[in-house]
Formats: sequence, C-alpha cells, structure tokens
Amino acid sequence: MKFGCLDRPAEESPAARMQLLVSGVGGQGVLFVSRLLAEAAIGRSLSVVTSEIHGMAQRGGTVVSHLKVGGFPSPLIREGHADGLIVLREENLRPHGRFLSTSGWAVVNSASAAGEGCAFPVHVVDAEGIAREAGYPRGANLVLLGFLLARLGSLEDGGRFFCTPADLRVALDRRFGKNPRALEESLGALASGIRHGKG
Amino acid sequence: MKNRTLMLGNEAIALALIENGCRVAASYPGTPASEILSSVARLGKELGVPMYAEWAVNEKVAFEVAYTAAVTGLRAAVAMKQVGLNVASDPLMSAAYSGVRGGFLVVSADDPGPHSSQTEQDSRLMAMLAKVPVLDPDSPAQARELVAAGFDLSERFAVPVMIRPTTRVCHACQDILPGGVLPHDAKAEFVKEPSRWAATPVFRNRLHKELCDKLARIAEWGPTAPVLWNPEASGTRAVVASGVAAAHAREVLEGLGLWEKVPFYQVVQPFPLHASFVNHVLEWYDELLVLEEPAAVIEMQLLDRRRVRGKATCAVPEAGELLPETVERVIAGFAGTAPAVPVAQGPQPPGRRPTLCAGCPHRASFYAIRRAAPGGIYPSDIGCYTLGLNLGAVDTVLCMGAAIGQAAGFHHAYRLSGRAVDIVATIGDSTFYHAGLPGLIDATVQGARFVLVILDNSMAAMTGFQPTPASGAGAAGEPTGVVDMEALVRACGVRFCKVGLPSRFEEFVGLLKEALAWSHENGVAVVIAREPCVMAPGASGKRPPAAKPAVTDACTGCRHCLTQFECPAIGFDEAAGRASIDATLCTGCGVCRHVCPVGAIRGGEGEEPR
Ligand code: SF4
Ligand code: SF4
Repeated sequence: MKFGCLDRPAEESPAARMQLLVSGVGGQGVLFVSRLLAEAAIGRSLSVVTSEIHGMAQRGGTVVSHLKVGGFPSPLIREGHADGLIVLREENLRPHGRFLSTSGWAVVNSASAAGEGCAFPVHVVDAEGIAREAGYPRGANLVLLGFLLARLGSLEDGGRFFCTPADLRVALDRRFGKNPRALEESLGALASGIRHGKG
Repeated sequence: MKNRTLMLGNEAIALALIENGCRVAASYPGTPASEILSSVARLGKELGVPMYAEWAVNEKVAFEVAYTAAVTGLRAAVAMKQVGLNVASDPLMSAAYSGVRGGFLVVSADDPGPHSSQTEQDSRLMAMLAKVPVLDPDSPAQARELVAAGFDLSERFAVPVMIRPTTRVCHACQDILPGGVLPHDAKAEFVKEPSRWAATPVFRNRLHKELCDKLARIAEWGPTAPVLWNPEASGTRAVVASGVAAAHAREVLEGLGLWEKVPFYQVVQPFPLHASFVNHVLEWYDELLVLEEPAAVIEMQLLDRRRVRGKATCAVPEAGELLPETVERVIAGFAGTAPAVPVAQGPQPPGRRPTLCAGCPHRASFYAIRRAAPGGIYPSDIGCYTLGLNLGAVDTVLCMGAAIGQAAGFHHAYRLSGRAVDIVATIGDSTFYHAGLPGLIDATVQGARFVLVILDNSMAAMTGFQPTPASGAGAAGEPTGVVDMEALVRACGVRFCKVGLPSRFEEFVGLLKEALAWSHENGVAVVIAREPCVMAPGASGKRPPAAKPAVTDACTGCRHCLTQFECPAIGFDEAAGRASIDATLCTGCGVCRHVCPVGAIRGGEGEEPR
C-alpha cells in the first residue's frame, strides 16, 4: 500500500519569516496586537499563524499570544526561537525572555528603566504616558507598535521587522474604517509612537 | 475574488460547516469550543444561508436537537468542549448504533494542558467507546478541510463523525481563503423505521454488527488515510503524529535537519486507524515514535509493543500539553541527535493569576457569603465565579451543576455525624439551567438543608457572554422564549426563594443570614444574587457614570482590601503606605467601602457603610 503524499507549501523567503511573542495580562489588548500584526502580514501576502489564550486567563491573568509569520506549521514558538518579544506589562519581561533566540530583542511598555541586566537588547517606551499626553488614552498598544516599527525599521528598508507602518495603517483602516473616530485615534497613536521611536 | 482573511480555528470550523451545507447547529458554550456556534450564527446571517443555530440548555440537548436534524436527512453539527461531551455521551453512544441519514458532525474540542478545563481527557477515546470515526486536525486550515471530509464520511457510511480539534487549533488564527457555499437542497423527511430509530435490544444487536462492519470499511477509506510527508526519507525509524503534535513535529524535523532521514506520517483519522497503515508501518520500520495528545489513541492501535515508542513506554509525557520544546526533545532523542537550542529546564514562573473583574457583582456576593457564614462550607461550580477561590469563598469545584449535589452531600454527611455546619453553595445562572435543576429537585425531595446562591448575571460570561434560557435572545440575537427562574426554583419544591442585589452590600448580607437561619430549620433556601455582568457588551454604555469612592487618610495600610477582596482597581501606593483606587478601572460599585475594617474608603454613591 502506498500512502498519499501532501504537497509541501511553497517555501517563503526565509528573510520574511518572523516569530514574535506578545505578552501582557487579560484585558490589555494582547489579542488586538497579535491580530493586527497578523493582518499586516496577510496584507503583505505572507502566511501567518497565531496562538491565543482565551477563557479564564482573560480575567486579568497572564496572557500570551504567539505570532509566526511566513510558512510555519506549528502555532507555538519554541523557547529560544523567538525573534522578538512585545511586552505590554513590564512584569512579564523576565519570565518570557526565555523564548528569545540569541539574536532576539524585546520592547517593553514601562514608565521606568525596565530591562536593566537583561541578556538581550530591551527597547523601553512609556507607551501609556505617551498615549495619554497625545490625547489617545486607549492607544498605548499602538504607540508601542509605532515605536517598535520606527526603532527596528522594516525588512523592506533594510531593517528587521516584517512589515512597515503603512501595512499597519492599512490593517487599521480595514478594522476601523466604519468608525472614523476610532480610526483617527488609532492612526494618531501609531504616529506618536513612530515619532518617539525615531527620536 | 475574495481575500485571505485572518480566522480563528473555531471560525474556520464554522465557515466550513456553512460552506458544506450544515443546516442545523447546536452547542453549549465552553472553552475552547465557544466561538464555533456564535460564528456559525454570525456567518450564516452574513452569507444569507437559511439555517437554525441554537445555544442549547446543555450539551445533551444540543446533541439531540442536531442529531435529529441529521436523522431527517439534513446536514447538522453539534459543538462542545470535551467535558461537555461527557454530558452528551448518553445520546452519542446510542446514535452511533442508530446512525444518520444527513451528515452529522460532533465537534468536541479537547484542552491538553489543561488551560481552561477540569480534565485533560481525550475525546478520541470517547469516539472509540462509541465506535464512531474521529478526525484530528493540526490547524484551522486543516480543520476546515476535515469538516468537508467528515460530512462526506458521515453520509457515505451513515454514521456520526467526530471532529476533534484541540485548544491550539480552536484558538489559533490563520490566513484562510473563504470559498463559496456549496448548493445543498436537502429537505427534512423522516422515514419511519422503528427497528432503527426506536430499536429494542434485539434490533440493537443487529445495529451493533452493522456499526462494526461500517468501522471496518472506514478503516480502509482513502480520503482520510494517513499521509507520508517525506517519501524521500530513507530511515528505518519513523515518526507518526496527529493533530497539533504533527504540526510541531514537522517544524522540529526540519529544524533538526531530519526531514531527509526520518519518515514522517501524519494521521488525520486516529480512530479507526487504517488497517493497511498499521500493517505497513509495523512491517517496514524497526521503530516507531508516536506523538499525539492527550491520550495514546493511535499508539494503542499499533499492536507490536516492542517497536512502538510513545506514552506507554514513557518516551512521551502522559500528562500536560505536548509543547514544541518537548516534541523537539523527544524527536531528537529518538533520532539520536541533540536539540538545536538547549532549553533551560525547570519550572516556568506561574505568571499572574486571573481574578474577578473590577466591579464584578460576584466579588460582592462572595465577600457577603464569607461575612454571613464565616467558617461555613462553600461548594461552587463552573464559570467566572470559580475565581471566588481567590476570595476563600469557593471550597469545591467538581463539574457542571455539582455545587448543589455536593451541598446536599455535605449536609447528609454532617447530619449523620451529628455536626452542625453552615453550607452556602454558589452556582451561575447558566450552569443552574444546564445541570443544576436535577440536583435541586433531589435536595428538596430528600430534605437537605443549605443555602443556594444563584449568581444571576443573565449570561454565560466566562465563555463570551452567551445567552441563557432567561435572556430571551438566541444565538444570532433573535427573540426567543424565556423561563422564569423564581418560578422554576419554587417548582423544584423550594419554599424560600428571594432575590437580592449584592452591591447593596449590608442588605445582601442580611438576606443571606435570614436564608441561613431558615435553611437550618426548614430545608433548601435559595437566594438569587441578581446583578448584570460588568463586562457584558454594552454594559458600560448602559450604566450612568458613577461617582467613585476614594481611600482617605484613615487608611492604616493593612492591605485587607487587597488580599481579602482583590478588586483589580485597588492598588497600593508604597510611597504613601496606603491603598489607592485607580479611577480608570473602578466602576464605582462602592462595595469596597464595606470591606475596609476601619472605614477608610469613603465617598461614591448609594449606601454608605454602617
Ligand atoms: S483601605 Fe482599609 S482595608 Fe485597604 S489598606 Fe487601607 S485600611 Fe486596609
Ligand atoms: S468601587 Fe471599590 S470595589 Fe467597586 S470597582 Fe471601585 S474600587 Fe473596586
């Protein structure tokens, strides 16, 4: 008896492959961040898989989302294999650092000097403070993403991130297109994050 | 042309149900399966497909409703989590014998880990017990394909088919290209055949033989046969995997450079395992490593124990989720290589534990219960309110509806021993309807004495705010009939049934004390704590903005409000050495004012502490 053989999916450019961990606590918008990035990946015609936490943990417990861009079969990132760690709550920085590969980086939302003594590069941004100051108190996650994209630069421009701010704007437009105020606020928050990332 | 869209595994399953002509779908919410039915209802509406989708009172009823549609020739599906299948196991076992006419899928989502369940049980073992075929997807995209294959299989062999996704499929998101809805114009037509649909034991024997014969043929059916991913691999030791473990294994085999060396078979139908596959792999290979979760279902069907490595040989852990790190370690060991990246062993930090939301009425109820019945026994149940554990007001959680049966059990055991104790059980409204009613009838009939607090926030909150039988709204928001909770409680033989508002704290404590006194003399007393969930969609919009309390100079910094009450809006200002309230999180419920032993929390609206 012969057994069927599945076609292997076309290899995607290894440069566009990226494994990111988004970490926070229930209610902070971990799923929003990972889904928005996943939508940006789809916008670039990259295949994407994420793994989310639902259920009881969403009531204020630790919530982690795995995001893998570019042809990965498994929805989970192995420890020691993540390219980046996006930390919405500072207390998660150290426990989730073990997911990073040797060339991995972290970005953390914190008003203090987080990440001192970490074995990996940590980009710190007071996303909540910046969001409040810019008048988008609910936009901290987008400030963080804008900051991150500006800091790392996109692969397209010789940087390290799989997508550009323009990709995120398209994804936001698709999401909030019917709600002009929400769209304006989120684009504004993203822009102020980008400004701080460049500064 | 349609675009690729990001879809949750459960949405992909729902999409596939609709694309493949499912006409009737029913479910009871439970993580990780909850989004299947809500997505069916939403997508059905969006795509204009005439169909019936219901949130049933429990999984057994959901099964019976959907199954019967398949008996009439329509395509139908029932969705639930693995412990929900326990509730529906009675009709499942029987339906396997009587079979179906239209395609019928039982989607039972397992939760290895477990992340959000009481057990790590394997629905595939239930499929074996019932003798129905089961398909095991590795991703949202494959779940969608297997729904199509499952309907085909079900109709071809006139048998219910189980689809068994796990949490990592249900709650994975993937880019999916929606297709079109296939034309299906079946009309319901019940063909009477009492020897099948109402079979007595004589006929059951015949049906059982028929089922065994179907299974033997399903174990030869081509479309669900195992797949060899890398025919070019030449090794004499092969890996066999199913579900998400197969996805991990593919990635690990590539990462370890073993793709050309270790033949890799993916099983999509773990039961019945294809007979020729079993013969082939046992003949061809010196050793087989089986990766699957949570139980050893494929492994136990590979009968040559000397050559099979898996859970039975302790090569693969028997409990807990099979994480990709573990798959990497196991495969590397099997193939005699080293893992790519050495991973720090040792326990992972526990992380932040979940807690009831700021302003949650359950918090007030639990704190009131502890005040009214200090030192009591507090049986509880399954839902958000299980988090009453953190407040020391939940002592037992067994299964859906058990709060009531256990309360009665405590009463009878203590009474026999001549010991008096306060028993206050808590159960959510949705759980009460699901499995609490028989327990309550039993308790009143048998003269048990305890207080039952029904935490009625008028929805199934933890699983995503699904309606209850008292909501008057269906899966797609359509109006439905309603039941009257108080009338139902009284009809169960309860003579003390009062409704209270937990945020009117002192009054509510008084009501609980009254119920306790009554129950000690008379029987079961029911208190319905009726207050809406603060997280319900639209809830904050409905509420007038409330004035919020603040911590005054009287605060001694004792932290009682943090450790014993745990409202997420209350923090501690270390510099000032006292508690503080975060006004952005605080809903202004005002209950914390009654919690502070020195009355340091003041202001806000309504009743001030006495
Ligand atoms: S507010 Fe009351 S309970 Fe909380 S720390 Fe201060 S004194 Fe203690
Ligand atoms: S009033 Fe008190 S208990 Fe209620 S939400 Fe605000 S801080 Fe929490």
